[in-house]
Amino acid sequence: MPVNSPAGVNDFTVKIATVNGTGSASANTLLMKSIFRSGIPVMGKNYFPSNIQGLPTWYEIRVTRDGYVARSGRVDIMVAMNAETYARDVREVAPGGYLVYDSTWPRPALLKREDITVLGVPLAKLCNENFNGVRTRILMKNICYAGVLAALLDLDVARIRELLAETYAKKPQLVESNMKAIQLGYDYARASFTCPLPLHAAPLELTAGHVMIDGNTAAALGCIFAGATVAAWYPITPSTSLMDAFKMFADRMRVDRETGRKNFAFIQAEDELAAIGMVIGAMWNGARAFTATSGPGISLMNEFLGLAYYAEVPSVIFDIQRVGPSTGMPTRTQQGDLLLCAYASHGDTRHVCLYPANPEECFYMAVQAFDLAERLQTAVLVVSDLDIGMNDWMCPDLRWDDSYRPDRGKVLGKEEILRLEKLYRYFDKDGDGIGYRSMPGVHPKAAYFTRGSGHSQYGVYTEDPAEYQLVLDRLLKKWDTAKKLVPRAVIDATAGSDLGIVSVGSCDGAIHEAMHVLREHGVGVDYLRVRAFPFSEDVEKFLTGHELLFVVEQNRDAQLRSLLTLETPVDKAKLRSLLHYSGLPISSSFIVEGVLAELAPRRRTLEQGAAARG
Amino acid sequence: MTFIAKPKVRHPSLPTNALGLTRRDYEGALSTLCAGCGHDSITAAIVEASWGLSLEPQNMVKLSGIGCSSKTTAYFVSGGHGFNSVHGRMPSIAMGANAANRNLTFLGVSGDGDTLSIGLGQFCHAIRRNLNMLYIIENNGVYGLTKGQFSASADLGTRAKKGEINVQPPIDPVLLAITLGATFVARSFSGDKQQLVPLVQAGLKHAGFALIDVLSPCVTFNDHEGSTKSYAYTREHYEPAVHADFVPLEREITAAYGPGETLPVVMHDGSRILLRKLDAAYDPTSRTTAAAQIQERMKHGEYLTGLLYVDADPHKSAFHVVNGTPDAALNSIPYEALSPGSKGLEKVLARYR
Repeated sequence: MPVNSPAGVNDFTVKIATVNGTGSASANTLLMKSIFRSGIPVMGKNYFPSNIQGLPTWYEIRVTRDGYVARSGRVDIMVAMNAETYARDVREVAPGGYLVYDSTWPRPALLKREDITVLGVPLAKLCNENFNGVRTRILMKNICYAGVLAALLDLDVARIRELLAETYAKKPQLVESNMKAIQLGYDYARASFTCPLPLHAAPLELTAGHVMIDGNTAAALGCIFAGATVAAWYPITPSTSLMDAFKMFADRMRVDRETGRKNFAFIQAEDELAAIGMVIGAMWNGARAFTATSGPGISLMNEFLGLAYYAEVPSVIFDIQRVGPSTGMPTRTQQGDLLLCAYASHGDTRHVCLYPANPEECFYMAVQAFDLAERLQTAVLVVSDLDIGMNDWMCPDLRWDDSYRPDRGKVLGKEEILRLEKLYRYFDKDGDGIGYRSMPGVHPKAAYFTRGSGHSQYGVYTEDPAEYQLVLDRLLKKWDTAKKLVPRAVIDATAGSDLGIVSVGSCDGAIHEAMHVLREHGVGVDYLRVRAFPFSEDVEKFLTGHELLFVVEQNRDAQLRSLLTLETPVDKAKLRSLLHYSGLPISSSFIVEGVLAELAPRRRTLEQGAAARG
Repeated sequence: MTFIAKPKVRHPSLPTNALGLTRRDYEGALSTLCAGCGHDSITAAIVEASWGLSLEPQNMVKLSGIGCSSKTTAYFVSGGHGFNSVHGRMPSIAMGANAANRNLTFLGVSGDGDTLSIGLGQFCHAIRRNLNMLYIIENNGVYGLTKGQFSASADLGTRAKKGEINVQPPIDPVLLAITLGATFVARSFSGDKQQLVPLVQAGLKHAGFALIDVLSPCVTFNDHEGSTKSYAYTREHYEPAVHADFVPLEREITAAYGPGETLPVVMHDGSRILLRKLDAAYDPTSRTTAAAQIQERMKHGEYLTGLLYVDADPHKSAFHVVNGTPDAALNSIPYEALSPGSKGLEKVLARYR
């Protein structure tokens, strides 16, 4: 059963297969932005190798008038620029679709498929005739296919020029050479094929008030707005661009105009252990600090995460998940760190986790992470992933409330310290499990000793069973406080169904689309998306209120399902896992197929019952 | 027991410093180390040095890793915040804390295991960043808390208490630090308070990374015949090469030494270190000859001590100078100066349309 409606105007997917390091990224961005600027919602996903030059890379552009943000799971137009992957690329085209390839060298084997239209463009030949230099020819070949697509899809060439002019504002000669390549492809396509194709873009007005932004950039912006002043990190894909973006914004917005001094410290650490140590040290000493990493980095940070938990030091960590285990596939996406982040480190530890679903949430949750970390005096992990972090997503404009002031939590000022008899760092004065802390340099009376070794509620070393346990039990009480403070789950119960989908993070877009498709198949489902760990009360209520729950997540071991069964009294038998862990972002069709397959026997039973009755 | 506070009884005749504080005000909890432990003498030297410098106790940040030595930060300056972190990772905590507020005095205490094995990487990178802190290694050549295993500073051929002979060559923190570009490198002995106290003072005032490797015998696991880190062996083999006297800014230099014998090093805040060469051939201002001479003497089983290398202008390569941070602490900058506000956000978003 086809689960997607057929492609059409403003509703199709183009996939571009190239070799990495050949400048295809600029061509693809150019195409996507020109569609976005025509008011048409668009999605872009980059499937790139962990390599500098020479390995296969793909880029998927989905033009979607319905504003879907996930992969559809089908390819309507394939631009096959990489000889090495031709065969599989051709196979992937949906029946009735198109294949664009470089016809400079004939490839008869390609023409075997009868159910697709093959469009050959001598891209290499065109570029060799018009450009000099090996490198330039390779780069321009990729810009040239953008020109071909512009003709096939009816994109506005003037808009492409406008985008190039913005990109190369400081190198105007590049605008001309790029435009020449665009025009070569454009003119060839117009002269050789019926343009535009039935699948093409037609201007809409649906992108106003939106931006195309990746989650790492949005998270970095969030850190700027949260008032973070110390950023420590060790380079690791796919988190590096978060730190690069922070540096870029800070260099622009955090440098004192008169003195040239920087209101931030940017420290490239020797490893992830040092990076989180620096974050803990800085936040202990009153600056807002953060680090960004990926799974392998979180593995290394475990010991320090335990210290932050037990010594109750605020800290903010972004985990941009990639494919594990071990080194895994560094440039592919997964949600494989859910359990690792929730329970990192030895002993009884639990960490507050926030799960953004898109770049917009990365921005707001980055700010929230600092407030929560300081309010709860603990580590807060923002668990994003490569799909959110490194792909450009169409998002509503980020907004900022100028009345925002950071919540620094329970920090004693000098006046309060002077009124104290003595500071008891880990004493639960307010009954919420959160003690009062002080900063170095304020007053000797408020000095205390921070340690990961056993300590009493008064903050002194202990090996006394009762004293030790008192602190450990208070940490649980603090965990209960956290449940009330973390972002609540997003619940869509409009279907009023006894079926529900439960998911997390970047599955969200695919789920929304899948729900629409399922409705067309007569299946109504409710939806709960957890946005934080610990789970808020509404999560338990949703689980109890539904008969059958599909837990959709992007890992092999059903980590979200494990968390739900560990942390709520939900009946395991009600939970069905839909697990997508190939390294590509989950598609809507995967979810639709999974749900329908599970429901098929039930539906048959119902239908048979109805027939028997009839 | 660390949770037993020392009674704060102030005898009227106790001498006070410029802040009106007595030495007792720079003490901490009672030490839980073994009687006679070299580390306790270092604690006493830190108390003496901090009192002598009239440091505001609340402006002192005491940092440590894990091990016997790392416990000692609880035993001095109870008015300063302490951070006993995880094994070998004190430098990163120090780096973060220093990034947040550069205007405090950072004193790290570590051991030879904490620094030279598990923490070697962080130690090297703190030097590389010229992080403004005093880093004291309480070096006894053994792991005490786990009962006497050799550490990475144990000398070739030294004998463990149970008879085992060490066959791994040592890592020498002084040579390592000099090679890595440290701007203040000293070695001392816990039994030589006269040498140690001014070194601690100079290290605390040094405007960059200051290392003092203090040979500090372990009375329980490494003070026997055949050990090269025992009290007896250390006394026998340590050779003061350069004596450093610290002269605070406010104190006039009294002519204790004749001209030609001393070399004044003016520090960033104007205070001075007076270097008195005890070994005429030794030059503590040249990185290369210092390293060569230390190695040469080591071959003969001698440990040169004192301020072995000092860069008169460590400031230029200090972390905050290189980073370009303001003189005010980053943690003191008001939020209003940090947030670009909604107007700033609009400008940023324009690039993403």
